[in-house]
Amino acid sequence: MTDVGRLAAGIVDAEPGPPPRQIQVVPLRGLPIVAAVVAFVIASIAGNWLWALTFCHVVGGGLWTAVDLFVGLIIGPILRSLPLPARADFTARFMPKMVLLMPTLVLMTLAAGFQLALKEGNLAPTSPNHAWLVVSYCVVGVMAVIALGVLSPANIAVLFEMRKPRPDGAVIAQLMRRFVATSGVIGAMQVATLIIMTRVATQ
Amino acid sequence: MTADQNHVAADPTAVPARPAGRRFPPVAELAVVSLALVVIGGVLMASYVPRRPPLGLPAGIAAVSAVLILGSAILLGRLPRFAWNRFFLVFRWALLAYGISAGMIAFAFIRDHTRGAPLALVLVMLAIYALDVPLIIAFTVARYASPPQEPG
Repeated sequence: MTDVGRLAAGIVDAEPGPPPRQIQVVPLRGLPIVAAVVAFVIASIAGNWLWALTFCHVVGGGLWTAVDLFVGLIIGPILRSLPLPARADFTARFMPKMVLLMPTLVLMTLAAGFQLALKEGNLAPTSPNHAWLVVSYCVVGVMAVIALGVLSPANIAVLFEMRKPRPDGAVIAQLMRRFVATSGVIGAMQVATLIIMTRVATQ
Repeated sequence: MTADQNHVAADPTAVPARPAGRRFPPVAELAVVSLALVVIGGVLMASYVPRRPPLGLPAGIAAVSAVLILGSAILLGRLPRFAWNRFFLVFRWALLAYGISAGMIAFAFIRDHTRGAPLALVLVMLAIYALDVPLIIAFTVARYASPPQEPG
């Protein structure tokens, strides 16, 4: 049973419990993969390499949207129905991976997408896609502010809290509420992205 | 083992500090608004690419954003007891990560021949972004950490 599991509604007992959970906030083994992806994106932009730009944008964007919707619509509700210890165990394994995965996917998608749009002439004011792309900037902007300003800090703060000898359940619950509160907006923005991108691809 | 853990583990009978209950000035809130403004400014600039964008509105937005992050930093600096070790531990790594991210975006703009005042404005916005996000993350982590005990 985890430390978090022994906490009821944020009440921390004073007795010494099991040793603190070993959580690596940033999984170091994943960093070379991130570095390789970033290097590939930079090379794609520097070379204005159509296939690589398309690959980065489509693969990154597809995974970003799929992961966001899957976590929000499938994993989230299942997680909320689990007992607290199971939830804590899952969170401790899941969130460090998200710390690396999501920023990498976002960077890959946006950097390659902007370059691709420029190369294909979709950013030109005369392009029928121009207005759609400006709308997509706004959608991405909303998601960026939520992800960078609200969710990412909560994610990392939860992991730090869980590393403590006696994690405070109230702190974790307070931080996790941010995910619930923003999941609807993120879901709506991702659906909007799907609509915009399929429009852009077919005009 | 961190300073926090030492502090808690030193006396198992002590009632653990509850940083969750402490009220803080709106450090993170100001930084989030600053980030949102930078994003809006970035969207405005990007919507004109490949043309030269009018700079008045984005520059004004960037200026307000800079004032907000400065205000956030001032509020942060005035906190009487705060887990500064934890703050700077997180801040420097986040700064590295978001510095790289900002660098990549700057590279894309330079690669696409953005020059002169528009480039300067983009770089200012990216600098604010690269400070905003680490500040928000580090503050959010450190506010729930126990500050080191004062001597005596």
